[in-house]
Amino acid sequence: MKKLRHLEEHVFRFLMWLSLLVVLGSLMLILGTMLWRGLPSLSLTMLTQIPKGGYYLGEEGGILNAIVGSLCLASGATAFAWLFSLPVAIYLHGYASRSRTAHLIRLAMDVLWGVPSIVYGAFGFIIMLWLGLRASLLGGIIALACLELPIMVRGMDEALGTVPPALREASYALGATRFETTIKVLLRQAVAGLLTAVLLAFGRGIGDAASVLFTAGYTDRLPDSLFRPVASLPLAVFFQLATPFPAVQQRAYAAGLVLTVIVLAVSVMARWLSRHLTRHVVR
Amino acid sequence: MKRVALRRATDQTAKHITAAVSAATSLLVVFIALVLLVRSWPIFVTRPLSELLFSTTWKPLQSAFGYYPFIMGTLWVTCVAMVIAVPICLLVSIYLAEYASRRVYAMVKPLIDVSAGIPSVIFGIWGVIMVVPLVQKLAASSIGRSLSRLPLFEVHNPTGYSVLAGGIVLAVMVFPVIISVAEEVIRAVPTGLREASWALGATRWQTIKYVVLRHAAPGVLAAIVLGFSRAFGETMAVIMVVGNVPRVPRSLFDAAYPLTALIANSYGEMMSIPLYDAALLGAALLLLVIVLLFNLGARLVLMRMIRYR
Repeated sequence: MKKLRHLEEHVFRFLMWLSLLVVLGSLMLILGTMLWRGLPSLSLTMLTQIPKGGYYLGEEGGILNAIVGSLCLASGATAFAWLFSLPVAIYLHGYASRSRTAHLIRLAMDVLWGVPSIVYGAFGFIIMLWLGLRASLLGGIIALACLELPIMVRGMDEALGTVPPALREASYALGATRFETTIKVLLRQAVAGLLTAVLLAFGRGIGDAASVLFTAGYTDRLPDSLFRPVASLPLAVFFQLATPFPAVQQRAYAAGLVLTVIVLAVSVMARWLSRHLTRHVVR
Repeated sequence: MKRVALRRATDQTAKHITAAVSAATSLLVVFIALVLLVRSWPIFVTRPLSELLFSTTWKPLQSAFGYYPFIMGTLWVTCVAMVIAVPICLLVSIYLAEYASRRVYAMVKPLIDVSAGIPSVIFGIWGVIMVVPLVQKLAASSIGRSLSRLPLFEVHNPTGYSVLAGGIVLAVMVFPVIISVAEEVIRAVPTGLREASWALGATRWQTIKYVVLRHAAPGVLAAIVLGFSRAFGETMAVIMVVGNVPRVPRSLFDAAYPLTALIANSYGEMMSIPLYDAALLGAALLLLVIVLLFNLGARLVLMRMIRYR
């Protein structure tokens, strides 16, 4: 009897190790595959030129249009989402903390987080039709901003939640209003966490393909107007991989590698910031 | 005195503005559902819901819109993903919450968090390069041939672009979603309960099995449901590896055509055929409603288990 339960303990411990190996291994496999297949076809021309005639048959050119397009889309969407999520974060922590309303807002944000990105795409598409827009940078920004909004709000919410309540109380005791306390004490204390939230949302936005598929379209030109279609890296990967030419598929791998590097860099930077940008923080 | 009045007015204005923005963003999901409903209304009034949901013919030119093959495609792929992901994720979450030393945890957790941010097209590329050929080889190997006699495993489709490939890719995608929530729920079980069980002479695994998991069960279920709904709504990774054949799959090696792939593949032509756009946006609405219900349920459970700050 005693032996059996110790055997069980060991068996499950082994299974846990195995599962952890599978999870971490698959992550490494994905990153490894991207490096192994992407690096050989990555070149300076890929990064610095827009597609030339016959590019999709394997001729000269690069994916600069997609790189610049993705940066424009994600920056615009992040700015847009920031405009809406900061007031929500201020409301949550300045006025509604721990109330029923705050719970409801958090629930709404969590639910919004779960909405599939293709649904945001379809939603953005309808809004564009109503506004009389075609597939454009603006349309892509609107759809991506909706996708980024809940990520940013929850990130900011979490960052503001780590500020010790005593600081807030000290500010109230000096006669500051709730708004002044929130702006001058809470936001300043949590600035690193707020930035982390913004960066994480940016990283999510730049990698999403399904929401920009309807709304931003695709083009071989560099973005020049809010009302024209714009290329993006995830769609560059998707479209180039779908062609039957191996030379073009190679470029899809390279585009994927560029996207992975951007996303990982943003994510690592976000985590680094949250630990190191703490000069003004009172502990 | 005037200054105080001004400050108070600023405070009140800020309160009203931020409250209004909060209300608007909280209602965004309702607004999205309404907008989709308005645009897809024509399809829901001209056809009974049962026909839309259970008809297997999808021929937009003859205005026959049956979602059934696509719903089944989504369900097949998602269920395969969950069968693979759930046991692995549970074991890893238990390990991270109960066994892992501080050092191991500090190394593993950031990696899992980072993998949550990898774009879905990257999972798609990985699927095309690695998983699809693997499934293809499996289907052609002697194991595949002997498996082929079993139901659910028949090989009719030798390409590798299949339900199984989609399921594997999706499983890897939902790992971080399930693990991060389940780990938090398991960690939230009070230590006193564990200590009581150890004091009775139970091993660590017995404690986990009889005390911790029993206590954390609703939250763990919620974590699984969240993973399920993430997989359910995933588009880009799936579209690249499932083959996109609009037929109800019969086996793991068959191709499938999930709802999300249907929407993404047909958006170009949908404005040119009557009712086509309504049918596709109706599919998006269906997707949204299902995912919302799952999410809402899971979040309500989690709200009780892990107290919000």
